[in-house]
Amino acid sequence: MIFSAIGQLAAIVATSLFILALNWMNDPKTARRGVIAGVAGMLVAVLATWVQPLIVHHGWIVLAIAAGFVVGVPLSLVPLTAVPQRTALSHAFGGLAAGLVGTAEFFLGLGEGGGQLTHFRTAALTAEVILGFLTFTGSLMATGKLQEVKWIPQRPVTYPGQNFVNIGVLVIAIALGAMVTANPTAPWASQAFLAVAALSLLFGVLLIIPIGGADMPTVISILNSYAGLSAVAMGFALNNKLLVTAGALDGSSGLILSIIMCRAMNRSFVNVLFGAFGQVKVGAQATGEQKSWKQETVEGAAQLLEQARLVVIIPGYGMAVAQAQHKVRELYDALTKRGITVKFAIHPVAGRMPGHMNVLLAEADIPYTALVEMDEINPEMPQVDVALVLGANDVVNPAARYAKQTPIYGMPIIDADKAHTVLAVKRSKNPGFAGIDNELYVQDNTWMLFGDAKAVLGELVKQFSAGSGLH
Amino acid sequence: MIASAVQAAAAQATANSTGSTDYWSMLFVFVLATFIGLGVIRRVSRLLYTPLMSLTNAISAIAVVGSLVVTGADYPRVIRILGAVALFASMTNIVSGFLITDRMLKMFKK
Repeated sequence: MIFSAIGQLAAIVATSLFILALNWMNDPKTARRGVIAGVAGMLVAVLATWVQPLIVHHGWIVLAIAAGFVVGVPLSLVPLTAVPQRTALSHAFGGLAAGLVGTAEFFLGLGEGGGQLTHFRTAALTAEVILGFLTFTGSLMATGKLQEVKWIPQRPVTYPGQNFVNIGVLVIAIALGAMVTANPTAPWASQAFLAVAALSLLFGVLLIIPIGGADMPTVISILNSYAGLSAVAMGFALNNKLLVTAGALDGSSGLILSIIMCRAMNRSFVNVLFGAFGQVKVGAQATGEQKSWKQETVEGAAQLLEQARLVVIIPGYGMAVAQAQHKVRELYDALTKRGITVKFAIHPVAGRMPGHMNVLLAEADIPYTALVEMDEINPEMPQVDVALVLGANDVVNPAARYAKQTPIYGMPIIDADKAHTVLAVKRSKNPGFAGIDNELYVQDNTWMLFGDAKAVLGELVKQFSAGSGLH
Repeated sequence: MIASAVQAAAAQATANSTGSTDYWSMLFVFVLATFIGLGVIRRVSRLLYTPLMSLTNAISAIAVVGSLVVTGADYPRVIRILGAVALFASMTNIVSGFLITDRMLKMFKK
């Protein structure tokens, strides 16, 4: 009785703390308080569960918790450029935990004669296992793609009938799950349940194979949502309200982020998951006369920057790959010291996960007040003297406004082309992720700087520190 | 007429809820929590989407509660092994999730 009260009270306290934690994330000034509230909520939840009389074996618990610390601490110290793959990996762990607990509970119920396996509970366990295991393998695939593991193809892999196969696998898994739900104690139920688990694991892999890097922000958000929903299903199965509330908070967070990411690419969920974006479409070449790039020297670029009053830097995944954020900071310092206003224009899907650019720039000590959202900066772009495009490509491609045959059509972009002068730092002369030429680079007022973002910026900064060499 | 129908429905509902789980109140909690989540997350600063994701990640590792029970209760060994692996996975998410969130948030300065 008293233990049941402890459990219920802990659920209320922990839920409140989790809501407060998320609430404090609305401002960078209060956000760290959110972490404290989250830790406190989790501590309350773990302790209140651990003291329950149901729990009699403590050795394995201590071991598993210790192992969690041993692996968790190093995982929290990865370089910030690796944060997308760490996030994907933690979604995998979350999915794995849900899938395993669901499987364990089902077989526990069977072993006890099936009396506990009501239709509702079996349905919840099936949902938990499907969501958990598909999140597990799907997130592992995403981790591999983000980490650029050799044996996982980076480019989307597509084949004829792919969507048919994917949806087929999922439908069979759900149908088997429904059969188990209808007859939880049938002699074939355990085999059918294992088949549901196996098909879900397979579906996770198949779902991510056709996804490319530029879609990762959306996919990571969707997987985040699934990880939350699998916790909700666990809550239904175990009759535990705390699991339901915490899972629902995570699920709704993933949902909102996916919606924002989809909107920023002008695409739908279905299109992201089943559209195989990123295939190079041959018909999408720009028509009309072929213009060519104009290359600029580092000295020339430094002069252009020095004569500017307002400079907007537009970072993209190229900045993350080159780990150029600290050089960006040096350039920022050099320019602001000369009285030049420098702002950063952040596209919602720049990088490989939501908020990726903000974190990298914050790491380099750039004040967050200088980071400006796309919608805020665009009206200002015609007054900008120099737009410095740093490893961004599709998010500044003017073709998104009118080229209906390209996959980026309709995607909101940062209006770099409206600045007086555009300087674009680009690693190679290849087209961007979507495989379309970027006409921004051949505009009359655009000058290209080819090379690794970090190296180019280093050269630029050197020009400024030579200082007196310029007028 | 209507009143008696309502009464009958209520009696039916009571009869159904004599089982161990009150599914309707669970569903109710889920829907309310989702609306609270949508309302709160909508107001999160756009600067902080990456730390938001690692924070919600740590919070959804609340699956630790289920894993604890499966690992520590007097269940068959195979079941408890599954639980221990799940507990390890959840604990990893809790530890790394909260630590990295704090590490990132520390860097956001004016």
